[in-house]
Amino acid sequence: MNQLIAKNINVWYGDNHALQDVSMIIDPFQVTALIGPSGCGKSTFLRLFNRMNDYIENFRMEGEILINDINIYDPVVNTEELRKKVGMVFQKPNPFPSSIYENVAFGMRIQGMNKKSELDEVVETSLKKAVLWDEVKDSLKKPAFSLSGGQQQRLCIARTLAVEPEVILMDEPASALDPISTSKLENLIFELKKSYTIVIVTHNMQQAGRISDKTAFFYMGKLIEYDTTKRMFLKPAHLQTQNYITGRFG
Amino acid sequence: MNRTKKNRLNDSLFKYFGILNTLLGLIMLAVFIFIILQTGLSRLSWDFITSLPSRFPEKAGIYTALIGTFWMLALTIIFSVTLGVSAGIYLEEYARKGFFSRMLEINISNLVGVPSVIYGILGLALFNRYLGLGGSLLAGSFTLSLLIIPVIIVTTRESLKAVPRTIKEAAYALGATRWQAISRQLLPAASGSIVTGIILALARAIGEAAPLIVVGALVYVPFIPNSPLDDYTLLPIQIFNWTSRPQPEFQVNASAGIIVLLFLTFVLNGISIYLRNKWQKKVKW
Amino acid sequence: MRRTKEKVIEKLLAASGLMTILTTAGILVILIYESSRFFIDVSIWEFLTGTEWTPLFSKKEFGIWPLLSATFLTSLIALLVALPVGLSIAIYLNEYANRNFRKTVKPMLEVLASVPTVVYGFFALTIVTPFLQQFIPGLAGFNSLSPGIVMGIMIIPMISSLSEDALFAVPRTLRDASYGMGATRFQTVFRVLIPSASSGIIVSVILAVSRAIGETMIVAIAAGQQPNFTFNPLVPVETITTYIVQVSLGDVPRDSLEYRTIFAAGMVLFLLTFVMNNISLWLKRKYHRQYE
Repeated sequence: MNQLIAKNINVWYGDNHALQDVSMIIDPFQVTALIGPSGCGKSTFLRLFNRMNDYIENFRMEGEILINDINIYDPVVNTEELRKKVGMVFQKPNPFPSSIYENVAFGMRIQGMNKKSELDEVVETSLKKAVLWDEVKDSLKKPAFSLSGGQQQRLCIARTLAVEPEVILMDEPASALDPISTSKLENLIFELKKSYTIVIVTHNMQQAGRISDKTAFFYMGKLIEYDTTKRMFLKPAHLQTQNYITGRFG
Repeated sequence: MNRTKKNRLNDSLFKYFGILNTLLGLIMLAVFIFIILQTGLSRLSWDFITSLPSRFPEKAGIYTALIGTFWMLALTIIFSVTLGVSAGIYLEEYARKGFFSRMLEINISNLVGVPSVIYGILGLALFNRYLGLGGSLLAGSFTLSLLIIPVIIVTTRESLKAVPRTIKEAAYALGATRWQAISRQLLPAASGSIVTGIILALARAIGEAAPLIVVGALVYVPFIPNSPLDDYTLLPIQIFNWTSRPQPEFQVNASAGIIVLLFLTFVLNGISIYLRNKWQKKVKW
Repeated sequence: MRRTKEKVIEKLLAASGLMTILTTAGILVILIYESSRFFIDVSIWEFLTGTEWTPLFSKKEFGIWPLLSATFLTSLIALLVALPVGLSIAIYLNEYANRNFRKTVKPMLEVLASVPTVVYGFFALTIVTPFLQQFIPGLAGFNSLSPGIVMGIMIIPMISSLSEDALFAVPRTLRDASYGMGATRFQTVFRVLIPSASSGIIVSVILAVSRAIGETMIVAIAAGQQPNFTFNPLVPVETITTYIVQVSLGDVPRDSLEYRTIFAAGMVLFLLTFVMNNISLWLKRKYHRQYE
């Protein structure tokens, strides 16, 4: 597994220059946090790595994103294959309106895998990896909506793990959760980084400080500072970063 | 072929299937209209429009039916617009949210879905017989009005809802009464969209045949109506009559009549689309 | 003075609102009163179970099933045409087409619903039936197949626009989740969007069927006027609505038993559509709540 590399990225939504000349290297098997005020471009940047921006009308982009040395915006790249390798967890838990089991099995089913024994096995291991198995093992047939918000979010993570991604993108995954669910989720992220490369957008400075190895600060479409989380929080190089981290704006 | 390739193939196949379906109905309609034009256009003439009906297809015209249709339209506008718009205003601006207004709403949604022949049965029993209006224009237009009033109510309410509350509040702040605020500010502001909806409802009404046959419209009327109490026939009913005759010459007449009816329908629809676009461009809240 | 005027205006407006209640009450009273007079002479049991309908003949039979079967058959054929076409239009416009295409095509589809039904009847009788007769040798001049197909074309916009609303109401986040897992648009549509929008799609189907059941002129012109208890789409039949029109056109003596049949038939038609409309209203309220 190699690094994720963003080279001279520029993004426009119509006339709005949303990302301006951003370059960044993300290390494997680490948690990288993207922080910055609302509208700074951090979510747009995150969604570049699995091409989720493609569906937004009048989205335009220049630059390269390399994963395993392949430019994922090359026309020959198959977006569906890419998204299997680069999974995503969203801001609000978004389980499908079906059972817990079917939610986790979805990714395999769309690849044509329908054998019950195999599905059973993957569902179980994925739920175990997402530390949800013990809570739901007796109610796999129940609708996913019956779970609490925190459980739903872990279900969404299990669903993502089931297709065996290499990278997991998380877009403010804890923003809709209560503190206890949040801390469970953070422990899970800590576990997951042993096997996956994780990029996480967060609004919460303490969270970035607790879980990430490196942090990138975005402001008005630009990458202002990118360093190890420790150094960023102790001795930021830019005044803007310091102001944001200490809560003077944002 | 691997799985993702197969998925992608399905995806693009479905895309073409979608385009095909989207155009399918329209293409069929175009073919139908083309055939109608081909058979009926040669029959269409000033004579055809100004001739009375006849047993002889080459002499028959749509004069009485056309005049009947215009009478029907005029009377229906008077009744349905007055009642429909008033009821719409009441429901949107006056009625308190409660059991009564909830009942009214459910009732109106139900009326929209009642088949038009049922309105015909209502008209037959109520206007034709109990009120003794017989198969007159008045009985017919009452029936047709009842049919489109629910639609007009719904349009009126939606149009009023689209006007920002601030306008009404501004009028109140200047000392206007409720009715003054409605009649001088809200209604003018909503009028464009209400009119659009009314014209659309009329475009539908002009093509109705079934309820009016049931309420007592005639299929053969050799004179034009002079008052709302006269018997009448209508363009769609005349077309229906010709269509059910075995002689092919009458089918040609039916085609020519259809051209006129479609022309009227499309003109009304066109006006409403034109007004809607104009209205949307002019007003941006 | 100003006060009184305000009061009077409010009362007048309220009276117009009340009118709609009176309309419903009128429909109910007339249907119930006239059909109860009908059921004095004809047993309800015979009416609801009989398979012969010959009120206008000398040997009178009053079984509703020939009219009901024809009504269901034509509506079913219409649905078989309109559902796949309408639903794929909704999917295409919602998920595949670009904004300009959508903006041009949607009003054009509405044209299909605005064509008068007599005109559709004429199409069915003089164009579609002769065309189909070239391929289906057993097809009679009057049949339920071609008016059914034409009626299907007419209700396409109803299904497509209602289903489109239902698909549109599916939260963006579910689409994101599905695409994020590597699903194609096709898979997202069939595995996520349609199941999520199913109650809205069912609403569109119920309303379309209810519309087809009440449709009159197309079937009156092209399906024939022979009450046949059959589900064979190739032979002439008579729907409830056609029967009502047929009696209205003829000179059946007023206040006769034959005359009252149209109220009994109308009652059945009204109940059918009433039940369907209310199921759809109820479902609609339910799914609106689901995503709030």
